[in-house]
Amino acid sequence: MNKRKLLAGPYMVWAAGFIILPLLIVLYYGLTNADGGFSFANFIAITDPMHLKALGESLLIAFGSTVISLVVAYPLAYILSKMQGGKSGIIIMMFILPMWINFMLRVLALQMILSNNGLLNALLGFLHLPLQHIMYSKTAILIGMTYDYLPFMILPIYNAMCKIDRDLLDAAADLGAGRLQSFRRIIIPLSLPGVISGIIMVFIPSISEFAIADILGGSKILLIGNVIEQEFSLSSNWNLGSGLSIVLMIFIFISMAIMNRTETDEEGTSV
Amino acid sequence: MSKKPSLLEKCYVGLIFFLLYAPILILIVCSFNASKSRVVWGGFTFDWYIALFQNEEVLSAIRTSLMLTFSAALIATLLGTFACIGMSVFKKNSRQTMMTITNIPMLNADIVTGIAIMLLFVRFWNLGFMSMLVAHVTLGVPYVILNVMPKLNQTSRITYEAAMDLGASPVYAFWKVVLPDIMPGIFSGFLLAFTISLDDFVITYFTKGAGMNTISTMIYQQARRGINPEMYALSTILFLLILVVLWIVNRSTASRPQEQSN
Repeated sequence: MNKRKLLAGPYMVWAAGFIILPLLIVLYYGLTNADGGFSFANFIAITDPMHLKALGESLLIAFGSTVISLVVAYPLAYILSKMQGGKSGIIIMMFILPMWINFMLRVLALQMILSNNGLLNALLGFLHLPLQHIMYSKTAILIGMTYDYLPFMILPIYNAMCKIDRDLLDAAADLGAGRLQSFRRIIIPLSLPGVISGIIMVFIPSISEFAIADILGGSKILLIGNVIEQEFSLSSNWNLGSGLSIVLMIFIFISMAIMNRTETDEEGTSV
Repeated sequence: MSKKPSLLEKCYVGLIFFLLYAPILILIVCSFNASKSRVVWGGFTFDWYIALFQNEEVLSAIRTSLMLTFSAALIATLLGTFACIGMSVFKKNSRQTMMTITNIPMLNADIVTGIAIMLLFVRFWNLGFMSMLVAHVTLGVPYVILNVMPKLNQTSRITYEAAMDLGASPVYAFWKVVLPDIMPGIFSGFLLAFTISLDDFVITYFTKGAGMNTISTMIYQQARRGINPEMYALSTILFLLILVVLWIVNRSTASRPQEQSN
């Protein structure tokens, strides 16, 4: 049995070297200044108005895309979970498929449609409607993120809904519950774990996103991801970039802790 | 939930379906458009495809992507599977700690993971194919472990011990009894590691060496420069490739219904 433990050895070395150590290096850079002296300045830099604005915009857009995804995906997952029979597998597959299509490719497709002389405006012009200048705005970034991450909201909610025992709904109907009541008292609480993992899967990547903002937002709108990226690629201020990365990481872990708390709380009350 | 979807509900599903696929469809149509404009149809052409395969930059990005993704998924699968087998006999506390560490690359923002590995390599080695490979393996292993671990927990100890009672060595018993049970988990873990590596942009962007590109980082560069129909052609090929791969995977899992779990 002891020999069997050794099989985990290579991975433990890997995890120490390429998961823990790199994070420690980020922490080291974040806590030192350019001369190598200890300093908190890189953390405090988040209060710089430009950085605060970027963080605020990131939170706002991430929140927006999460809410829109949820509002769109929840009814969709509910309807899909009602479908049965031969074709349902293919239909679900089709909704999951965009997840497997290269992320950059989907951004490219949106760029083509939204740009000022793109397809959307051609269509609006054809219908004699006012042209929209969506490209290089916050709306474009919001559309991009929602489009890219929507499947990540659909899948967990759909999975949670499929797990709901149909006998529960029948029992509720037998006991006199209306459709609305059984939806509110059974489907919503039991699909909540799926909703929460959906929210995490959309919110976390969208808060740190920089490529979508770069392509669809031009360089006009800076998100916190763009600020961090530029500290590394343009200004080579690794200390500041590391400090801001750690702040971003803290934000992510706080929001995840909050989500996990609501999950366990809800489980507690539903039992 | 036993009711069939109503017409209104079907329309809703159709609408979302349309919104999800319209951009990709337009991309495919434009890849055959002779006119460089996105709104004027200039006739059907294969020119962009021909240009694509004569573009050395594109070809080298495809080669890098394939080599990187295959080796990263393979290493991640081996590393993750052995880790699961080893960790399954760990004490509960140390197993918990390892699983927490394993979750870090999955839950952390990609940008932080990318920067962290970049800093490690810049400080102690240099950026290049190796740093990309390490980053992609690190990203893939958690998904392998997540797929193999539950399978390993489901296998019964009794058959494994029975095999050893009957004279099989632990390795032989493992090979004959446990491995066939966890094989579907290993397979789906490999596929996930593969697709995540192929799809990754952020981590590659930070860990790639100068002048190197994967398909994702190349599309990004081209998209920043402006519109390039060659990229639409590449996108169409990638999209069809994914359709074919998923179709094969779907068929292979459908023909083995007892192993179908993911």
